[in-house]
Amino acid sequence: MSTTAEKPASHNGGPPEHGSQHGGSRAATAVPGKKRIKSRRVRRLSRRDKTVLGIMVGLPTLIQLLFVWLPTLFSIGLSFTRWNGLDVADIKQAGLDNYEFISQNYPPFWPAMQHNVLWLAFLALIATPLGLLLAVLLDQKIRGSRIYQSIFFTPVMLSLALIGIIWQLFYNRDSGLLNFLLGTAGTPQAVDWFGDSNVNIWAAMIAATWRHAGYVMILYLAGLKGVDPALREAASIDGANAVQTFFRVVFPAMRPVNIVIVVITIIESLRAFDIVYVINRGTNGLELLSALVIQNLIGEGQVIGVGSALAVVLLVISLVPIVFYLIRTFGKEKEA
Amino acid sequence: MSTIARRLPVQTVVVRKPGKRHYGTHIFLIVMAAVWLVPLVWSLYTALRPKEDTDKYGYFSFGGSFGFENFVQAWNQGGFSKYFLNSVLITVPTVLLTLLFASMMAFAVSRVSWKFNITLLIMFTAGNLLPPQVLAAPLFEMFKHVSLPYSVSDSGNLLNTYIAVIIVDTAFQIGFCTFVLSNYMKALPQDLTEAALVDGAGIWRQYWNIIMPLCRPALAALGTLQVIFIYNDFFWPLLFIQSGDRLPITTAINNLQGQFLSNYNLIAAGAMITLIPTLVIYLVLQRQFVAGLTLGASKG
Repeated sequence: MSTTAEKPASHNGGPPEHGSQHGGSRAATAVPGKKRIKSRRVRRLSRRDKTVLGIMVGLPTLIQLLFVWLPTLFSIGLSFTRWNGLDVADIKQAGLDNYEFISQNYPPFWPAMQHNVLWLAFLALIATPLGLLLAVLLDQKIRGSRIYQSIFFTPVMLSLALIGIIWQLFYNRDSGLLNFLLGTAGTPQAVDWFGDSNVNIWAAMIAATWRHAGYVMILYLAGLKGVDPALREAASIDGANAVQTFFRVVFPAMRPVNIVIVVITIIESLRAFDIVYVINRGTNGLELLSALVIQNLIGEGQVIGVGSALAVVLLVISLVPIVFYLIRTFGKEKEA
Repeated sequence: MSTIARRLPVQTVVVRKPGKRHYGTHIFLIVMAAVWLVPLVWSLYTALRPKEDTDKYGYFSFGGSFGFENFVQAWNQGGFSKYFLNSVLITVPTVLLTLLFASMMAFAVSRVSWKFNITLLIMFTAGNLLPPQVLAAPLFEMFKHVSLPYSVSDSGNLLNTYIAVIIVDTAFQIGFCTFVLSNYMKALPQDLTEAALVDGAGIWRQYWNIIMPLCRPALAALGTLQVIFIYNDFFWPLLFIQSGDRLPITTAINNLQGQFLSNYNLIAAGAMITLIPTLVIYLVLQRQFVAGLTLGASKG
């Protein structure tokens, strides 16, 4: 639905200059087609319409600024202060102290960075390709495709918190299925998969893969449907085999979906929080940046400055995929 | 999609030799599907067995009876009705507000051209991609320092209220929905609102009576998606709500783990109960949900 429906979008998205309140209206007659219509529209707005429009834009923008962007700026500000979170008057300048502290004297910080990188690598190298593979296999005219899709897709509907609990039942040392299948249940060799700090990050990433692969599969299934069949046809006429056709023709043709998947994979690995928090609040082998932020905010000694410094580190890292995505998505429209 | 999907089989049949078998593919998919189902089936299996039986025969066994006693006990002992009600009280207003605000914003940026529409759209989209933990501390402190009369909030501020969760969930989801809806609205022909304009319809009538009805498929898909997203939201209630009996179900199950101690049968039953609403939505509205997910991804 979406891919075909949105094709015309890029045409009448239009450059912002032409639609602005002042520009364009005089020159409108010279500009053909849609652009002319657009500028006429704007000129004809009555005062009442402008008020209505102002509210329609202003209200969501205000909410967005007040509850997303203002807090983000506050986070940056607070990261240079020392504060226990009680009285606003107690906020003290601290310079770069918090950053110095987390990088040098805060033991969980570097393990958390490593775990975030590991999480990203695991999703990027295992979960995402697995989702792509499933999509490619299911995109063929294969019997039972719908049933397979439903099965792989089920975990996408679940919260990561619930996934943590369900896998806990599977991973448990004494009552979990995994140790029974391995034949170690009840013996001293039995591993507590979520409890043992040597293995729990891997166990958690596998549980996260369970969800991520299904998500990727669904997106790629939609992407594959959008690839022009004529492309494949042309490739096979040229004598390309299935693998060549896929990697040389189909995969590059899905570029918009590929970009979304790259961004989702990175963002998901930075956002991974719920599952480790449910397991052990992100301690003992499961340290992640997001969990450390929260550990410093909730609990006895609230160290807002340290928590905010960690949040800023998380913010700076996440800006990389966010900016990449925004340039890819909106860059075209600005140039057009 | 429909036009392409309908064209596809005809052409592939021509290209692909009929009767091509996929034995290897089927074996792989069956194995994967089985692996995929194991955690769920194991939870369900554990949930259906009484604790006495699993104690007696072991968890990995087939002996003993099966029944729904654990579900009943978990429901009553865990106070699930309360948590479900909380989930509804948070999810319904959040989804409605999100769709209302996002559609207004999307209408303004996609149907009316003015200077800052792309800038605002970028801001909205970027906001949705931030990790929530980045904003956690300031939001918590902001809400703590907003004084409310005790008749409205027993904490005297916005903490421990549903309002806090609803506001932030809404603010966070508006970005994504605006992005999707604005793409959808851009694809609708400009003549529609042109004609209305000639008839003297104001902005609000263009939005509410012309564009919104045409967006029904997108709104249905996004609505389904948002219900699942908000129902599954673990983090914001965890941050803002301190008293356990106000938590929505997704956040509350974490506490149930402690409450049921090591009675895994009860934990499993609790997990299965939590899963039921998502499963119902999945079975009834799967198409909408998938459409919602892919709507956001198809434009890049």
